[in-house]
Amino acid sequence: MAEKKIIDGRGSFCPGPLMELIGVLKMSQIGDELEVLSNDKGSAKDIPEWVRKVGHEFLGTREENGVWHISVKKTK
Amino acid sequence: MKILIIGGGMGGTILANNLARRLSQELRAGKARITMLSASDKHLYQPGLLYLALGRTTPDALYRDQAGLLEPGIEFHVDPVETFQLDNNKVTAKSGKSYDYDVLVIATGSRMVAEEVKGLAENAEFFYTEETALKMMRRLQEFQGGKVVITVGVPHKCPMAPLEITFMLHDYFKERGLADKVQLHYTYPINRVHSLENVAKWAGPEFGRLGITSETFFNIKEVDGAKKVLRSEEGSEVPFDLLIAIPAHRGMEVIEKNGLGQNGWIPTNKTKLNMEGRTNVFVIGDTTNIPISKAGSTAHFEAETLGENIAAMIKMGITAPVRDYDGKVFCFIEAGLDRATYAMFNYQNPPDPKAPTRAMHWFKMAYNKLYWASARGLL
Repeated sequence: MAEKKIIDGRGSFCPGPLMELIGVLKMSQIGDELEVLSNDKGSAKDIPEWVRKVGHEFLGTREENGVWHISVKKTK
Repeated sequence: MKILIIGGGMGGTILANNLARRLSQELRAGKARITMLSASDKHLYQPGLLYLALGRTTPDALYRDQAGLLEPGIEFHVDPVETFQLDNNKVTAKSGKSYDYDVLVIATGSRMVAEEVKGLAENAEFFYTEETALKMMRRLQEFQGGKVVITVGVPHKCPMAPLEITFMLHDYFKERGLADKVQLHYTYPINRVHSLENVAKWAGPEFGRLGITSETFFNIKEVDGAKKVLRSEEGSEVPFDLLIAIPAHRGMEVIEKNGLGQNGWIPTNKTKLNMEGRTNVFVIGDTTNIPISKAGSTAHFEAETLGENIAAMIKMGITAPVRDYDGKVFCFIEAGLDRATYAMFNYQNPPDPKAPTRAMHWFKMAYNKLYWASARGLL
């Protein structure tokens, strides 16, 4: 059963939202969906770029009140 | 009021001393009691291991007796906790003895888990323990030239360590007259050479100036020791003659075994520092799951905030914290063997590192000694 996890990376300059995602993905199961919250607009570009490069599935991005919600599915 | 602190590292020690000073009257009157349980009777200054790996200090300089660092009135036991019974406000330690509490603080830290990557533990050098730092020092002494690869796992303790060891290795080989025979190559998990954008903006060009090559979007998948090749999750390969790794970390096993947090990271409120769902259990240092640097300064500033809040709870009978932790972190960044800079930031403000100076390096050298005053809660 896939589970949805929220990674609240708001205010995280270091290690930052993408590093948080990488760390959480490592301990997730294949099929899990994760949503990263970030107030750094760079995350909206960096996270999809990495997800595609490594071979996971990028599910989409939306912005609400200055917070980017970036969704990813672990596929391997 | 019984305060029980689990862990005698930087966070636990600073907190215990901070509380002992704030609550000196209550301790004398028997109205408060502070107990610390630790796995060791020694206190290790962990940042010093970086210098040990490069032969710049000796092991004895990095240790003090834990009991000697603590304020009078703090009860200290070398008795690591094995089970947490949070619903009953007590823990049971290795000795079999149970310790009850009104307020519990968990500061058990983190550990490297190099063995979780195929081939990494057997084929790389590390500086996160005394044993591995000494092994790395001996390996460096024997090394006469070739490709040195510095690689980085996620998450890891001390966010500046990857840059620091790279810059320090550059100067180390230069001092030995091997600069022309050594190629330094740096890999990093995200798409720049450091997670902090402003630090990456400084370090990237510095790499170029020093002839250090780099590859980003590189997450360690496995190491082939026979072929001396490092492979990434992203599909690339990097050959090496000497592999230096900043391995991924986990929280301590006891946290995982007790189901307090996945991978040993306890879900923690990022400003109040209480364990999620608990009002009398607090977490500081590496043990939290807060998306913030796993660094000594993080533990230090969290401990100061928590000390103020717990003391206020006891002195004024309040339950709401008087102060929020604002995410403050301060990291020195060694930019070689004789110059350094720093990064200071919090949840709201990114760092703006300045050009490295010799003065900042010597300040760091001084802090390596002043740390013992810091642990005592004096600095």
